[in-house]
Amino acid sequence: MADLTNKERMKIQKHHMPEQDPLERAKNFLEVNLGYDTATAIEEAQRCIQCKNKPCVEGCPVRVDIPGFIKQIELGNFKEAAAILKKDNALPAVCGRVCPQEEQCEMVCTVGKKNAPVAIGYLERWAADWERKNIGLQKPELKPKTGKKVAIVGGGPAGLSCAGDLIQMGHDVVVFEALHEIGGVLMYGIPEFRLPKVIVQAEVDGLREMGVEFRTNQVIGMTDTVDELLKEYDAVFLGVGAGLPYFLNIPGEHLNGIYSANEYLTRVNLMKAYDFPNSDTPMFNVMGKSVAVFGGGNTAMDAVRTSLRLGAKKAMIIYRRTEKEMPARVEEIKHAKEEGVEFFLLHAPIEFYGDEEGWLKGVKVQEMELGEPDASGRRRPVPIEGAIKDIPIEVAVVAIGNGSNPIISKTTPDLKVNKWGNILVDEKTMKTNKKGVFAGGDIVTGGATVILAMGAGRTAAAAIDEYLKNPDVWLEEKKEEVTN
Amino acid sequence: MNKIIEARFLAPDVKLFRIEAPKIAEKRKPGQFIILRVHKNGERIPLTIADSSTEDGTITIIVQGIGKTTKHLNTLEAGGEIIDLVGPLGKPSHIENFGTAVSIGGGVGTAIAYPTAKALKEAGNHVISIIGGRTKEFVILEDEMKAVCDEVYPTTDDGSYGFHGFVTQKLQQLLDEGRKIDFVLAIGPIPMMKAVADVTRPYGIKTVVSLNPIMVDGTGMCGGCRALVDDKVVFVCVDGPEFDAHKVDFSVLTKRNRMYLSQEKQSVEEFEHKCKLDAKIKEVANG
Ligand SMILES: Cc1cc2nc3c(=O)[nH]c(=O)nc-3n(C[C@H](O)[C@H](O)[C@H](O)COP(=O)(O)OP(=O)(O)OC[C@H]3O[C@@H](n4cnc5c(N)ncnc54)[C@H](O)[C@@H]3O)c2cc1C
Ligand code: FES
Repeated sequence: MADLTNKERMKIQKHHMPEQDPLERAKNFLEVNLGYDTATAIEEAQRCIQCKNKPCVEGCPVRVDIPGFIKQIELGNFKEAAAILKKDNALPAVCGRVCPQEEQCEMVCTVGKKNAPVAIGYLERWAADWERKNIGLQKPELKPKTGKKVAIVGGGPAGLSCAGDLIQMGHDVVVFEALHEIGGVLMYGIPEFRLPKVIVQAEVDGLREMGVEFRTNQVIGMTDTVDELLKEYDAVFLGVGAGLPYFLNIPGEHLNGIYSANEYLTRVNLMKAYDFPNSDTPMFNVMGKSVAVFGGGNTAMDAVRTSLRLGAKKAMIIYRRTEKEMPARVEEIKHAKEEGVEFFLLHAPIEFYGDEEGWLKGVKVQEMELGEPDASGRRRPVPIEGAIKDIPIEVAVVAIGNGSNPIISKTTPDLKVNKWGNILVDEKTMKTNKKGVFAGGDIVTGGATVILAMGAGRTAAAAIDEYLKNPDVWLEEKKEEVTN
Repeated sequence: MNKIIEARFLAPDVKLFRIEAPKIAEKRKPGQFIILRVHKNGERIPLTIADSSTEDGTITIIVQGIGKTTKHLNTLEAGGEIIDLVGPLGKPSHIENFGTAVSIGGGVGTAIAYPTAKALKEAGNHVISIIGGRTKEFVILEDEMKAVCDEVYPTTDDGSYGFHGFVTQKLQQLLDEGRKIDFVLAIGPIPMMKAVADVTRPYGIKTVVSLNPIMVDGTGMCGGCRALVDDKVVFVCVDGPEFDAHKVDFSVLTKRNRMYLSQEKQSVEEFEHKCKLDAKIKEVANG
């Protein structure tokens, strides 16, 4: 098996991800992708030619040894494959499902130059699932206790990965989370059909078993301030996410039936409103209704596909630009289309209208065309004069991104933030301008990705470990590094 | 988990709870609220902190059983537990020495007005409290208010106690008597708060109301609690809950609060049905 020639390897076609039937799955919340079986995973692993320059590793934000773990799958050493993954990626079962591989590792894959790239994401997912299902999440070795205590604020991917590394380094770690569940966007944002919550739960349980303490219902800034944490802890990591939904700021946005994607998805995922009345949290009854989701990112795709699963008669994406500009993962757009989501591209909402009682009845949209490229290089959509139409809808979900939640910055006035409220850090260490305070994830970058948040959490953990050995000396050494 | 230290009814369906929450007790300021859940599939609901004690580390909330969660809450007794309790949330009331301040509480709104009335008094105001209730039994916290205010006027819609009429009529009476009023705080059902705003508007009296929209997280993350104030969108959980009464769009607030009316009704019906069944089962079991 191991003696396949590159030519033979190149001949193997990419293995498709087995999926639930589109029309069937659009009615349930079960995971869409079913995962490879062992034989398929090994065959897919054989497609990797173990090229010397390994562009995939460079393409990965946290530099996972991709050829390394794939080789172990090919050889049947599945435990080893998972171990290699976890050296650089604290949440492979999550990232294998939600990373935009087509813009990262798979985009630069050498095999991909001639054929379809190696399905790195699917293999990552497979190896991580194999571990969880067959031998349970393996516990890394813990270093002897250092007696130092670190407070992690926010239980999303940034906070979890930082906590995971610090506990292994021998520090005491307490995670403070505002909500009643740990996981951040992984719990309240990304739906079950894309990321089953048992996977997140297993990761959190694993951290708990390693000794990480989780305190839910703690809004730092309100319950305790960062300065108060600093009195009790030797360092603080802020991984509080973006978490302040933008609205369209058009007339009628207060009408009943209009949600931010955060609220819509939180009601369904975290509060389980789909199971009303067994679950107490209500939600607009979407059954048989028309739903429009505004935006083109993963959040928009999650909201629109959730609407189908809640029984919407018509579920639409309304987006100002074209499909090419959509920030969503390619697979999410593909899945949405297969499930019957309608796409209104180059359409911008200008006004919501409702009835006397305040219920949403429709949206006025302006048709656009592409004009000159803007600063980001994207061609700016410009209105086509007079091309305005009414789309009747009962539910609207605004998924145009998040700003930074000001609770931390307002209550920590000496913490430097930029004009959008993102915390300023030194990217090599994630240290902020405030002594003992580090930050990473969406609160630093603005809404980004799970893998970047996780990577930032790890970078911060490594720096915190160094910092704790001798805070003043470390800070003196790092003084030159600008906090940008 | 937060332990219930004390639970007692103040009026029909209105129950006071003293709950162990040392951190919140230490931190909270008048006007702030908490969010709680009563069971693992429970919804998150906001409740204003009526009082707190740093000595025994407790906070007091006063709950009117209207929806499923508040009805469920009101079945809990001392010794019981609240599974999730988070706070303090929201901005504290703006307190200063205005001169003469009137605190108006309608029904359970009195409980929400109480901590702010107390703080206004401590800031040096002459505080007049108007406590409204449908009938005598719904007038709550009269003794507590008397202890912290200069004048207290209970009012009842049916005249069974105190002033016969609405809280706004009592307020109008004070104004007609030529009382100089510098500040009004009104907390209660939306129509009441709107009516108070209408009374004080022509006099140009600074008037503040505490809004009660539907919330989820209470940290500014979902935007579900948005309201229109001065024609601008605000997130009540972080920008409020108190706002200038003359600028609040009460009509939008009223409509948004009806968003889940039919689901809430269904929830309450099922809950009451279940309570009845449970009681039946107990009865049978006890022979
Ligand atoms: C619907 C949706 C779909 C997405 N899909 C993808 C995808 O497919 N692929 C991908 O890579 N990325 C995706 N993303 C983006 C990705 O989820 C985020 O970039 C990532 O979760 C950021 O991680 P984080 O740890 O910085 O923040 P978060 O995950 O936001 O976690 C922050 C946590 O901090 C808590 N918190 C906030 N303030 C406080 C406070 N004051 N005190 C205590 N706790 C606090 C929050 O409650 C939250 O739990 C998606 C995002 C959304 C919303
Ligand atoms: S309750 Fe979610 S933003 Fe206010």
